[in-house]
Amino acid sequence: MALFGYLQRPLRIIQTLLSVYYAYMLEYRAELMFWVLSGSFPLILMGLWQEAARSGQFDLDPDTVVRYFLAVFVVRQLTVVWVIWDFEREVLEGKLSPLLLQPLDPGWRHFCSHLAERLARLPFIAILVGLFLWLYPVARQQPAHLFWGLLATGLAFCLRFLMQYTYAMVAFWVERATAIEQFSFLLYTFFSGMVAPLTLFPEAVRTIVFWTPFPYLIYVPASLLVGLPIKIGQSIGVTLIWCLIFWLLNRLFWRLGLKHYGGMGA
Amino acid sequence: MTLQRYFRVLRLFWEVAIAAELEYRLNFVIAALSSLTALGGNLFGLFLFYRTGYQFQGWQWQEALVVLGVFTMLQGFAATFLSPNLNRIVKHVQEGTLDFVLLKPISSQFWLSTRTISPWGFPDLVLGLVMIVYAGTQLGLGLDRYLVAIVPLALGFMSLYSLWFMLGATSIWFVKIYNVTEVLRSFLEAGRFPIVAYPAAFRIFFTFVIPVAFLTTVPAQVFLGRIEVTWLAGAALLAMGLFFISRLFWRFALRFYTSASS
Repeated sequence: MALFGYLQRPLRIIQTLLSVYYAYMLEYRAELMFWVLSGSFPLILMGLWQEAARSGQFDLDPDTVVRYFLAVFVVRQLTVVWVIWDFEREVLEGKLSPLLLQPLDPGWRHFCSHLAERLARLPFIAILVGLFLWLYPVARQQPAHLFWGLLATGLAFCLRFLMQYTYAMVAFWVERATAIEQFSFLLYTFFSGMVAPLTLFPEAVRTIVFWTPFPYLIYVPASLLVGLPIKIGQSIGVTLIWCLIFWLLNRLFWRLGLKHYGGMGA
Repeated sequence: MTLQRYFRVLRLFWEVAIAAELEYRLNFVIAALSSLTALGGNLFGLFLFYRTGYQFQGWQWQEALVVLGVFTMLQGFAATFLSPNLNRIVKHVQEGTLDFVLLKPISSQFWLSTRTISPWGFPDLVLGLVMIVYAGTQLGLGLDRYLVAIVPLALGFMSLYSLWFMLGATSIWFVKIYNVTEVLRSFLEAGRFPIVAYPAAFRIFFTFVIPVAFLTTVPAQVFLGRIEVTWLAGAALLAMGLFFISRLFWRFALRFYTSASS
């Protein structure tokens, strides 16, 4: 009974936060559509690689290219994170202070707002993917490892959130923490598998890249969905380790940062 | 006379902007570092296509580098001149400060488009140019090619400006327009590669719907001395047409502006 009592409070908080943020996000429906469209980068590369694969000089056939990049598009949509911009503003404008008084870590607030936005975004993604499958029949396929793919996508979202929220802690010390995210985003673009499936990378580069967190954000979930060869257990394990590393760093910087934080007018 | 006045105002605007930005010298270092990393990433991305001996139809490695260089310059141009100004139109509309702009004895479109510049785009402008010069030297191109290429490059800048300005102008009706410019930017990414690298449907889209082909491929072609008159004429028509439309559109949009409190 006591255990049930402990669980009840977080569940109620989660439910409340999700419904509040979902309602809030629905206010921005039109913008959500533009956000979805602005993630069209994988589709551009799909065209390039499709054309390149037709030449037969790559170890890849054009239909696989289409499926892979469609999966990249979906994974990218489901793992978009912007917490650093919100957090930086809260710190600079002192809006963090009232949130600190609440008996809830502000991180959960951000996390829930991202989750709720994802729910509001789902219909747009579904419509776009439906349209795409209708126009490109070759892209239709049964997802290869639906369960593992979705799990990896969920973990990718958590990892991306943790990474960005950790960079966000720098806002306690410097004014433009977003510059770090912008830098990291470059690495993310080129090493996550967004510009090309990692199988096309030179052997040496690929080995190094698999030690970084980036391929687990896009390449692994997308490959699981379309059935490119992936070591499932190892990949999930590495993702979890990276999550743990960033979680610990995050908590450390959060403690140090709070001591440093003066707050606006405090 | 008027032209002279506009030049004087422009100089004042930019002197102030640069002086203000010099307060944040560290930011500039970070921007330069980011540009360098992006350059490395872009080269790596291009290398992935060329490493097996594949090449974009009729574009050898150095020639594809020219397109990438033009694209990098275009990004630098956008970061220096376009985004700091045109993304701010929304704020003027939201807060009603557009009133003050309209009252000034100077074209409001000019004021809104040139008010400030941001040195954040300089590294990209320079790196893009370096890339073009490197590829040009390897291909043994003469100085005249560089001079000729300025024309289509300027036309590309003009087209991009006009498109961006029109999107910004729609903020008179739709207050939150920031995301729409993001959509435009994400489509512009297609300009990293020559247009022939895409399948037919993409080519049509990026030529006639979002004219990315005219922004990067056409200047590169002129530079490489493969001028096709129709394409160049197309680029000129497009740039002038879009600029003209952007002026008309701004006047049309202003009719719907009702200020903040009225």
